[in-house]
Amino acid sequence: MATKKTLAFLLMDAPYESARTTTAFRLIDAAVRRGHDVSVFSYEGAVALSFAKQAPHPNAVHGRDVAQEDHPNPKDWIGALAAQADRSGGKLTWINCGLCVDERGVGEVVPGVGRGSPVDFWKSAEAADNTLVIPTKG
Amino acid sequence: MAGYLLIESRDPLESSDVASDFYDLAAGLARRGEPVTLFLVQNGVFPARRRAHAGVLDAVARAGVEVLADDFSLRERGIPSDRLDPHVTAAPLDVVIDRLAEGRKALWH
Repeated sequence: MATKKTLAFLLMDAPYESARTTTAFRLIDAAVRRGHDVSVFSYEGAVALSFAKQAPHPNAVHGRDVAQEDHPNPKDWIGALAAQADRSGGKLTWINCGLCVDERGVGEVVPGVGRGSPVDFWKSAEAADNTLVIPTKG
Repeated sequence: MAGYLLIESRDPLESSDVASDFYDLAAGLARRGEPVTLFLVQNGVFPARRRAHAGVLDAVARAGVEVLADDFSLRERGIPSDRLDPHVTAAPLDVVIDRLAEGRKALWH
């Protein structure tokens, strides 16, 4: 990487609903692998990405147990992204919109995820070298 | 001016504003002399197929826009890189991060 940058992302989609979530995780992964510092602000349904009570499940239709199904949970991807950031010499900061969390009852989050307000997104965008907002489909 | 990065995630047949608004925006910015990259991702890669959608991306490319298509999204949809419109280049998603790091003004649709 030529120069370390700080990139801010805003996510809005709930888990398991849109390809945008997969793309967002891929983008964040690419950024942290390059050693950039990344700040993520999760808004609306995206606050559920870090919900700690997400659980993998078996697949009775295909006759697979929990281990065989190996169902992915985005809360684990957030932890993996943070670990990758550490290995690459960068930092991942993840903040949830507190009101969005309360509305959805997803206040139990995985370690490393904070709580804030849209002001925190404005602050992170101000501090970042660049910002990408990934909105829900209107 | 660092230029623009426009990310299109929708197929023009899925959303009527893709070609009429977003492609036009990319072409208009390029005609003003700005460096512009249009990065196609998810269903946004469908028009990248050769002869798809009556060459809807031709005008965008002729305006000077760099048109890239996410290689992962292409593979997901069974679109081989040798079947792409000649104006479109397959590229990894990392390009988006590199353009952001360069300071391109970014807009997702």
